[in-house]
Amino acid sequence: MAIEVRIPTILRGYTGGAKVVEGAGDTLGDLLTDLDSRHEGLRARLVTDAGALHRFVNVYVNDEDVRFLGALDAKLNDGDSVTILPAVAGGAR
Amino acid sequence: MSRYDSLLDACGGTPLVGLPRLSPTVPEGAPPVRLWAKLEDRNPTGSIKDRAAMFMVRRAEEEGRLRPGDTILEPTSGNTGISLAMVAKLRGYRLVCVMPENVSAERVQLLRMYGAEIIFSPAAGGSNQAVATAKQISAEHPDWVMLYQYGNEANARAHYETTGPELLRDLPTITHFVAGLGTTGTLMGTGRYLREKVEGIQVVAAEPRYGELVYGLRNIDEGYVPELYDATVLSRRFSVGTRDAVLRTRQLVEVEGIFAGFSTGAILHAALAVAHEAVRAGRGADVAFVVADGGWKYLSTGAYGGTLAEAEEALEGQLWA
Repeated sequence: MAIEVRIPTILRGYTGGAKVVEGAGDTLGDLLTDLDSRHEGLRARLVTDAGALHRFVNVYVNDEDVRFLGALDAKLNDGDSVTILPAVAGGAR
Repeated sequence: MSRYDSLLDACGGTPLVGLPRLSPTVPEGAPPVRLWAKLEDRNPTGSIKDRAAMFMVRRAEEEGRLRPGDTILEPTSGNTGISLAMVAKLRGYRLVCVMPENVSAERVQLLRMYGAEIIFSPAAGGSNQAVATAKQISAEHPDWVMLYQYGNEANARAHYETTGPELLRDLPTITHFVAGLGTTGTLMGTGRYLREKVEGIQVVAAEPRYGELVYGLRNIDEGYVPELYDATVLSRRFSVGTRDAVLRTRQLVEVEGIFAGFSTGAILHAALAVAHEAVRAGRGADVAFVVADGGWKYLSTGAYGGTLAEAEEALEGQLWA
């Protein structure tokens, strides 16, 4: 089993148009490094040079925001689902 | 007390009701895990936004930024606009709302009925564009007052001074507070208050995850985080998809008789997640969550009937919360 990663439209240029890709890693940081080995450039869009998640990127593990789970150190397990989304201004506020 | 001098005075003080049928069952001898719904649809215009609108207008009046006859400008396609329109009418202001041109007919009709004027921004840019357009109009009309719900401290203050104290008064044993994350005002204000008063309180955000079309045009380098947002107030943040939000919205009306909008379904989904975690851990919990508005304004989406897949399709591309 692997970890399923949902890619937003805006980043599918890095995944050959794929909506969902698979990867592996014990932490989110490891997973992004693994993904970058097959989808070069993807990691740099999500992680700053200083090694933090970009401010306008939200990443969820099983629907929970990773910033509250240790961010790039968030632990992952086989079968987890990871979703990457751009931050948007609310809905019908 | 249930007599008030005016509609504005009837804002807040909403009921907190238990959900005995939706609360999870615990093993015999284990402490209870209970869900409680704060019925914010019982506010004057039917949503939690009445609290923020009242506080933002009152604050601007106190600071001398708003004087009788002034014009209020706000980027809003939803409940805040309706709340502000009511407050503006009763306090003697003109209201101009900036909203994406693809919002539902009900919204436009409701706002016009309350006397608001509407300036449409291009649909393609969504609410980010409405915010940008409003800022541009504000620069052209320096005499108009933009309250700006996404960055106005009085928005959060409304909940610090009213929603938070009401919850603690009605549920002193509260362990979790769950609300929707949009302007972030509800979570920031209520969350700060409860954190000061209740040791170990969990402040949980439920954020709507829309269909792909909504995110399609968003550039990751030009995203948007409301100025009010302070992540340290939150304990956890859940992203809730359309299908789960619809499922929970339907469950809430079918099982407990509460007819709510879809944002409430998303909030309930997160509330149930933390409630079931408490059951598994053998811990008691009193989980209070926000019913942000009733379902009336969303009936025309058709998402209350048919299968879940049909509902998901009906809401695809819509900002349902």
